[in-house]
Amino acid sequence: MSNVTSLHVNGTGRTCDAAPERSLLSVLRDDLALTGAKYGCGEGQCGACTVLVDGVPIRSCQTPVGAIGPQKITTIEGLERDGRLHPLQQALLEVGAFQCAYCASGMIMSGVALLGKNPNPTEPEIIRFMDGNICRCAGYGRIIDAIKLAASAAKGGTQ
Amino acid sequence: MKAGKSSAERVTVQTIDRPATERPWAVAAPWSRREFVKAFTGGMAVLWLVDLPRARAAQAESGSSGRRGGQRRPTALAAWLHIAADGTVTLFSGKAEVGQNVRTSLTACVAEELATPLASIRAVLADTSLVPYDAGTFGSRSTPDMVPQIRRVAATAREALVDLAAKKWSVGRDTLSAADGKIRHATSNRAIGYGELTRGEKFVLDVSDSVRLKPATDWKVLGTSVRKVDARRYVTGQHAYAVDISRPGMLHGRVLRPAAFGATLASLDASGAEAMRGVTVVRDGNFVGVTAATEHVAAQAVAALRAEWKTAPQVSERDLFAHLRSTARNAPAADASDPTTPGASRQTYTVAYIAHTPLEPRAAVAEWQGEQLTVWTGSQRPFGVHGELVQAFRLPDKSVRVIVPDTGSGYGGKHSGEAAVEAARLARAAGKPVKLVWTREEEFTWAYFRPAGVIDIASSVAADGRLMRWEYHNYNSGGAGLRALYDVPDRKEEYHGAQSPLRQGSYRALASTANHFARETHIDELARSLKLDPVEFRLKNLRDPRARAVLEAAARAFGWGQSTRRDGRGDGRGIGIALGFEKAGYVATCAEVAIDKATGKVRVVRVVESFECGAILNPDHLKNQIEGCIVQGLGGALFEAIRFENGHILNPRFSQYRVPRFSDTPAIQVVLLDRKDLTSAGAGEAPIVGIAPAVGNAIFDASGIRLRSLPLVPNGLKV
Ligand code: FES
Ligand code: FES
Repeated sequence: MSNVTSLHVNGTGRTCDAAPERSLLSVLRDDLALTGAKYGCGEGQCGACTVLVDGVPIRSCQTPVGAIGPQKITTIEGLERDGRLHPLQQALLEVGAFQCAYCASGMIMSGVALLGKNPNPTEPEIIRFMDGNICRCAGYGRIIDAIKLAASAAKGGTQ
Repeated sequence: MKAGKSSAERVTVQTIDRPATERPWAVAAPWSRREFVKAFTGGMAVLWLVDLPRARAAQAESGSSGRRGGQRRPTALAAWLHIAADGTVTLFSGKAEVGQNVRTSLTACVAEELATPLASIRAVLADTSLVPYDAGTFGSRSTPDMVPQIRRVAATAREALVDLAAKKWSVGRDTLSAADGKIRHATSNRAIGYGELTRGEKFVLDVSDSVRLKPATDWKVLGTSVRKVDARRYVTGQHAYAVDISRPGMLHGRVLRPAAFGATLASLDASGAEAMRGVTVVRDGNFVGVTAATEHVAAQAVAALRAEWKTAPQVSERDLFAHLRSTARNAPAADASDPTTPGASRQTYTVAYIAHTPLEPRAAVAEWQGEQLTVWTGSQRPFGVHGELVQAFRLPDKSVRVIVPDTGSGYGGKHSGEAAVEAARLARAAGKPVKLVWTREEEFTWAYFRPAGVIDIASSVAADGRLMRWEYHNYNSGGAGLRALYDVPDRKEEYHGAQSPLRQGSYRALASTANHFARETHIDELARSLKLDPVEFRLKNLRDPRARAVLEAAARAFGWGQSTRRDGRGDGRGIGIALGFEKAGYVATCAEVAIDKATGKVRVVRVVESFECGAILNPDHLKNQIEGCIVQGLGGALFEAIRFENGHILNPRFSQYRVPRFSDTPAIQVVLLDRKDLTSAGAGEAPIVGIAPAVGNAIFDASGIRLRSLPLVPNGLKV
């Protein structure tokens, strides 16, 4: 298989020259300077590396870049629209959800995927969907609050 | 899951983005006062000076405050504040931000005392060429040590600015006030910015110990929920952690790890790796590493190395506790008391090794320019890493610069500089900057662990419920939190160091978690044996009013009295309580568990924790820390344990070592007791100590089964 020479990331075509068996995570971080997605485990257990591929959350540490093809990748850097944060990013600011925030990108991408699929998730639904994301600072309660807040903000509710 | 929602009282902080290399002085830190004054280029500087040799010695010894005593005049900078001509205020401190929000709390201290907007302040932290020496960020010392001093520094600046304005306008200083970065004279309606007052001048002041600090009752910024500084950079992926640093021409490194702990390299065939394009193999004694253009190739190159290791047999987990006892220093003579006398009791408790496993693993980027070395790394001890590099490469102090970007947490697990030294070795050999990011498996294996321990307690109680005797021996896990808060006429509490088969070190709250687990479980056992309510029994033996206050507050909020007590009837639900004291903070934790009798699965459904650490600086961040402590602490309480055999870690992955997740999170209620009349203590550690015993006691309440080992239920409860 030949090297991957282009990827569709955050709404634009990006060129690269990456061996297809390399992880999407390392290509995003090291070749395209998109360092928002993080390495946390390399085995699909922590979710720190989560990005969206055609809207579906994937663990980029486990995904060879050669498997992406023309699909559209969204990373944390691509969520902002015209200087406006995604409602979930905004909600996390409101709630004050983070300590070290190393898990933040992965949490947000997973949460965005959840809200995309289910704009009004219940607490058990949030927990089930997000359970693959680890926050070692253990700020789970606040992340749940933020997802609920983002859901109600998207509905036009105030809080 | 009711987390704090006090957005209304929050203030957003934005910091000014300026390159960190720009600085109002000419030479690199650390300096003496004399050097500083010579190098200082302008504006106003307020210096906090300490007696460095003394502070270093004190901190090396105890990991504690390093407060100066004696007569020697302090000459070394500990931190300082600069006011530039444009009114920008910069705080320089050696503390590192590792998720405890020290950047935010120090910024808030300056804003409060200097009376200047949060947005005009930036904090330069943890860059050894820009900030004065600091022993490190641990032991919950930032709040008790730094906060009062930084407030004094800022207040000294405020008073000096008032003096300057009074002189300039020839008015009495008591007719002036400081607010919003300006000194105002109300009667003449004049105002002048801080920057303007210092423009073109060079003021170097020492912090005044007697300067007036604003009383907590007048606080406008402190005591409110100021938002995490730069929070926006974190939710947009913009913040660069050490793992995100990139340098021109940078290569990726990987280290070959020994086959077992303590193994030595017998032979190495590197030909396969060396044949790979762009790969450099570095060997130096037992150290073998590679560099390559990508992480992927570096990993392949390490896999291609053929190494033989000489190993020696090592203690395995099944022999651990016997080993700790047999290697203990000053082990006590066997307890001579008769355990069959009424009221007497003797029990043993154990705790396992656990891993910090911060989500950002150890990582470093190293770059050499001639004999100048710069390393970016995540750490709680920037100057500790600096020292390791100076020593490893025999360089003068000023040839090494360690920059610690705000770090992906540590919990006491990032005190050492392994990745920094390794990256620097690789970079020197490769002649290019090198990034080294430890894999999760490396982080689980080659970092250090929270100590395992064995604890023996022999006690006796009078029939009326008064504690009469308390003899307590901790083997290996440590002396923190050793002393019980309870009043006992006959007491002895000792810690006995032992030989640890695994590398061990600091962990959030140190041994306090182990000691509280043993003590508060034992106390619960005594209460049950006397058929006394666990809260009542504790109060009976407790005079300390602050301890009583947190205990009563937690019990009240939990509804302790109203809950039906089950006393081991085994209907699946149970409640437990524990009391604690650590790092000048008082904590009481109540937990409710639900046990699924069919599967043995234990769920902690509800936790109420009350906490008192003096005057509260930032209620929302405090709550956040407490919630984090509770949920993180549930891991060590319920299921976390490092498994090991003959020099190998058996579960070095998240798929094999379970940490708390969303589905483990109970409903949490935090009760904060704000004692504005008392000095603020740190809060990153104490709130973790009560959760394990509270949960263990609740399991007993639910099932009648008494568990005396941490983790309590790694494989569920056998009912
Ligand atoms: S780094 Fe991909 S799931 Fe952990
Ligand atoms: S905030 Fe530190 S890992 Fe989530």
